[in-house]
Amino acid sequence: MKTIQDLIAEHAIFRDIEPSRHALIAGCGRNRPFVNGEMLMKEGDDANEFFVIRKGKVLLSIHVPGRGDLAVETLDAGEIVGLSWLFPPYKVQFDARAIGTVRTIAFDGACLRGKCDRDPVMGYALMKRFAQVMTSRLQATRLRMLDVYASAP
Amino acid sequence: MQARLNVRADPTLPEFFRVRKRRRELADTWTLELEPGRPFGFLPGQFNMLYVFGVGEVPISISGDPANPEVLVHTVRAVGKTSQAICALRPGAMVGVRGPYGISWPMNEAAGGDVVVAAGGIGLAPLRSAIYHLMAQRERYGRVFLFCGGRSPELLLYSAEVRRWRSRFDIEVEVTVDSAASQWRGNLGVVTKLIARAGFEPSATTALVCGPEIMMRFAVTELVSRGVAPERVYVSMERNMKCAIGLCGHCQYGPQFICKDGPVFSYAKIERQFKVREL
Repeated sequence: MKTIQDLIAEHAIFRDIEPSRHALIAGCGRNRPFVNGEMLMKEGDDANEFFVIRKGKVLLSIHVPGRGDLAVETLDAGEIVGLSWLFPPYKVQFDARAIGTVRTIAFDGACLRGKCDRDPVMGYALMKRFAQVMTSRLQATRLRMLDVYASAP
Repeated sequence: MQARLNVRADPTLPEFFRVRKRRRELADTWTLELEPGRPFGFLPGQFNMLYVFGVGEVPISISGDPANPEVLVHTVRAVGKTSQAICALRPGAMVGVRGPYGISWPMNEAAGGDVVVAAGGIGLAPLRSAIYHLMAQRERYGRVFLFCGGRSPELLLYSAEVRRWRSRFDIEVEVTVDSAASQWRGNLGVVTKLIARAGFEPSATTALVCGPEIMMRFAVTELVSRGVAPERVYVSMERNMKCAIGLCGHCQYGPQFICKDGPVFSYAKIERQFKVREL
């Protein structure tokens, strides 16, 4: 059975970080499964955690008064759920709900932030990887905003 | 793999085919089945010029099964005067047909390796004949992936057929949409994300991409960044075609004509033009 440290070493976001630091990161993580429909995070909550999806699919949505829950994006195995733990005010921006059974590694954001502050080399490496995630999501969002499948005028 | 089938004495003269069936796919998109009156051979990715008498002529890709030459299938989106007239044709009506024209998808060149088919919106129509071919000759190919992107679940082309394809064990089908209600259990996001996480072997993969040009641009970038050679990434281009035989120049694309040298091009062949604005 693989340990959290083993799983971290295999994941793209941690893979290039000095292996000696994997144990340090693993100290902030734990396995956490979710059943279908269970909330991983709820908009407005304290962003204490983020998740690496090991298996399954997670729906990000936002509640709009009068229109109900609007789906924003789905995230799959290998992807990160939760970026708000990185920056003040550390508040969750979207609801995240399991579609089917979801297995994750849940990380304590405050724990990892503290370790990054004390080890800036690791912190910078980790921040670069999370910046890549944010950039690719920003690009994907822009592409969707273009509404490329709409009928030509 | 270039087809010059159905060679006729005068390629500018249409033949008259009868509309056999008409099926609404989406609010503005119809599929017509035509009776060619003779076996109408074509290769996946080729197109015909469809002519509505007194209205006009437009290029439309063939979206039927290349193994069934007894029926000619076109899926048409009603976006202009002529395409609206085509979509309004009822069973029994006659339509003028010239073709098939153009370079096909590289089905022989793709044999032996993995195949990624990436379709965006109406771009699934020019790819459907290639998908039929892949499924009919499944043993010739490695892993086959079909990625379909659309605006919303309600606006996915051939949705029932895509569901049937998903149920097969020999083709990996993923659908993603730009927006959906929170009850949607499929993927929500751009089609490039499906490419990023798929388990194909980049060094032995051929990719067939068709959709809005900006979608193709992002899809090509993702495929190449994953290691697929630009020579093995194929896109189907669209421009204003008139003669369809490389004479009139309407569809000139750099040094090439879309009608004669395309519509299917390897990305390596058109990479420079692909990045030129307003070309």
